[in-house]
Amino acid sequence: MNDTIAAIASGMTASGIGIIRISGPEAFHVLGKIFRTKKAADVEKMKSHTIHYGWITEEGGTSPVDECLVMVMRGPRTYTTEDTVEINCHGGPYVMRRILKLVLASGARSAEPGEFTKRAFLGGRIDLTEAEAVMDIIKARSDDALKSSLAQLSGSVRKIVTHVRSEIMDELAYIEAALDDPEHMDLTGYPEELDQRLDTICGEIGKLLRTFDEGKLIREGILTVILGKPNAGKSSLLNALTGVDRAIVTDIEGTTRDILEEQVELNGITLRVIDTAGIRNARDEIEQIGIGRAREYADRADLILAVFDAARPLDSNDREILSLIRDRKALILLNKSDLPQVLTEEDLTGSCGVPVIKISARELTGMDELAGTIRDMFFKGSLQMNEEAILTNVRHKTALDRTVKSLTYVRQSIQSGMPEDFYSIDLMDAYAALGEILGEDVGDDLVNTIFSKFCMGK
Amino acid sequence: MQTITENYDVAVVGAGHAGCEAALACARLGLRTIMFTVSADSIALMPCNPNIGGSSKGHLVREIDALGGQMGKSIDRTFIQSKMLNKSKGPAVHSLRAQADKNAYTLEMRRVVENQDNLTIRQQEVAGIITDSDIRQDEDLRNRLINTEYSNDSENIYDAGENKDLFTKITTESTKNVDNLPRITGIRTVSGAVYFVRSVILCTGVYLKARCIYGDVSNPTGPNGLMAANRLSSSLSEHGIGLVRFKTGTPARIDGRTIDFSKCAIQAGDDPVVPFSFSTDPESVQIKQDPCWLTYTNEETHRVIRENIDRSPLYGGVIHATGPRYCPSIEDKVMKFPDKDRHQVFIEPEGRYTNEMYIDGMSSSMPEDVQFAMYRSVPGLEHAEIVRPAYAIEYDCLSPKQLKSTLEFKSIRGLFSGGQFNGSSGYEEAAAQGLIAGINAAAYCKNTEPLVLMRSESYIGVLIDDLVTKENFEPYRMMTSRAEYRLLLRQDNADLRLRRYGYSAGLVSEEDMQKCIRKQELIEKEIERVSHLNIGTGEETQRLLTALGSTPLESGATMAELIRRPELNYDSLSSIDPERPELPSDVREQVNIEIKYEGYIKRQKKQVEQFAKTESRKIPESIDYDDVPSLRIEARQKLKEFRPANIGQAGRIAGVSPADLSVLLVYLKKNRK
Repeated sequence: MNDTIAAIASGMTASGIGIIRISGPEAFHVLGKIFRTKKAADVEKMKSHTIHYGWITEEGGTSPVDECLVMVMRGPRTYTTEDTVEINCHGGPYVMRRILKLVLASGARSAEPGEFTKRAFLGGRIDLTEAEAVMDIIKARSDDALKSSLAQLSGSVRKIVTHVRSEIMDELAYIEAALDDPEHMDLTGYPEELDQRLDTICGEIGKLLRTFDEGKLIREGILTVILGKPNAGKSSLLNALTGVDRAIVTDIEGTTRDILEEQVELNGITLRVIDTAGIRNARDEIEQIGIGRAREYADRADLILAVFDAARPLDSNDREILSLIRDRKALILLNKSDLPQVLTEEDLTGSCGVPVIKISARELTGMDELAGTIRDMFFKGSLQMNEEAILTNVRHKTALDRTVKSLTYVRQSIQSGMPEDFYSIDLMDAYAALGEILGEDVGDDLVNTIFSKFCMGK
Repeated sequence: MQTITENYDVAVVGAGHAGCEAALACARLGLRTIMFTVSADSIALMPCNPNIGGSSKGHLVREIDALGGQMGKSIDRTFIQSKMLNKSKGPAVHSLRAQADKNAYTLEMRRVVENQDNLTIRQQEVAGIITDSDIRQDEDLRNRLINTEYSNDSENIYDAGENKDLFTKITTESTKNVDNLPRITGIRTVSGAVYFVRSVILCTGVYLKARCIYGDVSNPTGPNGLMAANRLSSSLSEHGIGLVRFKTGTPARIDGRTIDFSKCAIQAGDDPVVPFSFSTDPESVQIKQDPCWLTYTNEETHRVIRENIDRSPLYGGVIHATGPRYCPSIEDKVMKFPDKDRHQVFIEPEGRYTNEMYIDGMSSSMPEDVQFAMYRSVPGLEHAEIVRPAYAIEYDCLSPKQLKSTLEFKSIRGLFSGGQFNGSSGYEEAAAQGLIAGINAAAYCKNTEPLVLMRSESYIGVLIDDLVTKENFEPYRMMTSRAEYRLLLRQDNADLRLRRYGYSAGLVSEEDMQKCIRKQELIEKEIERVSHLNIGTGEETQRLLTALGSTPLESGATMAELIRRPELNYDSLSSIDPERPELPSDVREQVNIEIKYEGYIKRQKKQVEQFAKTESRKIPESIDYDDVPSLRIEARQKLKEFRPANIGQAGRIAGVSPADLSVLLVYLKKNRK
């Protein structure tokens, strides 16, 4: 029970500060690998219950990931009663995920749902009368975790994982069948074949893992473009989304000239929002450049938010935008719903088939519905995000890393001439790791596959 | 009506491979033991294949031997061919398999049990079990118990008075035991005799309501035409024990004189032969061996089967019981694997004093005429005369989740079971369970700690844990892939793993234990030595390495590092190690394996540490799962059904998630205070 666990403790919303908590005997050691103070203090020698300023860096200490405050506490005077470290970093989900990733790569294990609370309880930190609440928390959190883990498993990732997993099982079953019935099945030449196939499998998983490292959805977010004729409310929308007054909002057409890019957190999804200069048949040269880039972005975008002014009738600019978003991944936002309505939903949706949401960027109404709709589109897959498989969940990534590690062990065993039965140990680990992504146990899969694929026994 | 009433410590029901080990263990541990059989001619009968051991089963035999069981010793005296399987693979999957002279094996085991002190053999069908609550409700039984004569054999560790006290208490006690469970008190036979005992071990094999079937023929007998036991099932059911129906099968036996062996490939044994038992003198097993033969089925065989498949009781719906997937009948192989154009057929002698040959790979329940046609389609068997036709057998057995890991029933104190009755298959699996049931029945009688072997230390542990924690839909057979720590559970180190358990149980002698301890010390000392022995780049070293197909050293290395190279081993490097002590071959083997696979072994040991932690978190037997809040419904149901002994076991039950385990841990912690 006393391994070291870690998790984001502050929730995954874009708040000012994010907390990553590490608990267990290796907590200080893990931190030591990735935390640098100005004076290069030795983490393992830090006094208990002290706070330190410094940087989280990639292992090796070269490139800083984030500046942060770190609290180090030795057990038993901690929540879990174990050695505990809390990293207070900037609250963006991307930064938090990245730091967690480093923590996990440095020897901690991703905490099970409710595990900190469980440890606190088992360590005698929580009153016995609270036991039932603890049990409820564990159950509720694990239900949530499973749901969200599975929800974040896109169809295409699932397909790849399922496929690779069943391939690994086939190899396992083949080896085990041959070991069980050596007079029947011969493994001559098999190791070389297996090595080849594992090379392919590792390649497939590697490709998937790169989508995490380079992944649009995590680092860049969903590339979202806000389109709309001048003064339809694009900048107000951006402000509403970010909660910060970034773009200059005026009533004068064409005020927004530069393309603003902003990272926005919407119910755990990162949007990388591009606010464009208004689409307008402008003669102004500077504006021309801005509009040209807006169209360019619209072509590349994962999601277009087209803003229309409900208080003004449809004009040629609006029609141009409607034609631009036809058959694209888009949402129509009917802005200024707080003013007298001139435009109706039917005017808009009829021509391009894109769903309409009524908002008031100024009054901040309709924002929940917008968030919900984007979230639904994302999770339910009604929106064709992108054909390629993209990995978004740290847990999934950790499991895939383990898979590759295990398969690499198998290949090492093959190359160093180990007997075939040694392959099974690591193949089984790889199989189990992939199962975690799908929420599936190993159970009796091996024995069942052996019997269904091979005619066993005398 | 006058009937016999007697008194023993332990009654073993059945004298097959499980029954013999169970009875021998109890008797050797000083308990007055009686073993019942439907036929005293058929003690330790091998009604199916003529081998002992094989992949993973060889491991079981070694473990039985390390614990002080009998099987290994008996097969070492009666084998006619022996082979170490998988020799080209890693040491963890090397497995010893011997062809037995079936008759000789049965006679040898019979000699052993017949000459065992404290052991009585009785040919009698057991018709029912008796618990203390039965006695309280039955005046006749009560009178018989009170009037029972107690033997005053002073050799016994229990004097008769103690038994009498116990039984008298049972009759007068108005309340049940502290744990609220009924306690086994005796058995009754079909003749009306009653035996009062402290413990009963059920080893009924395939005999309960057995039915042998081929074609239209359905005989209500056990294997080989032996009498079935038709009465015990209903008594078990009345005591709340759930039974299921399994089936298995056996191929025909063919007159060896009618087989043309020139059309078959010869299969010879190993030279030299390795014995099963750690106490057998290796010299004594270097005997002249008999060959087996290999041939194949063909398209014609498969055509005969396909054309007559509607006449198969398996496919015609006559047999509904669940059969094993690993040992399919030839009709199953043909129907389920239609792409295979041939299947292996091994022809193996049944013994030295018979011409009968066992046709391994072609078990069947086809009608007699189809059997003739299909066997005769196989090269070498064209003129085969069948002595005994193939048949399938159906029988009642236990759904083993009703057992604890000690093989005691969860619902009746003192009642144990082992062997094929527990839903397993195979002589070795049976013997292993029989031995453990025997040891634990003895521990129950003596009120000492029971023996539960863990998955991380033995195949026997894996076998029993699988039986008691998994839904079992077919006769369970051991496989090396079922052992997650198999690198540590090798057949070559069974003594180092398990001797001490056999010794503490009282089945392993002081001398054998000391031998094992000495061996362990020699191994450790030598590993230590070669790990620190530096080998320079001397000419002799380089020459040896080159000669062995290994690359010469660029700088120095330790002897251990050299041993780790795939093309080298401990023995092949002896010439550059002048300081090497003279060591027995079993020690050298261990040193080689431990060093060569050190990395893997360390990793598995680490996994075992983690495993052991969850295994050590016990769940009290009295836990009420309805009282545990926040368990998912499925988990609650499964936990109630299996009642696992610890958190690790709970985790292996299908349908219990890690979150459920956490919930359970919190609950246990709360209730401990």
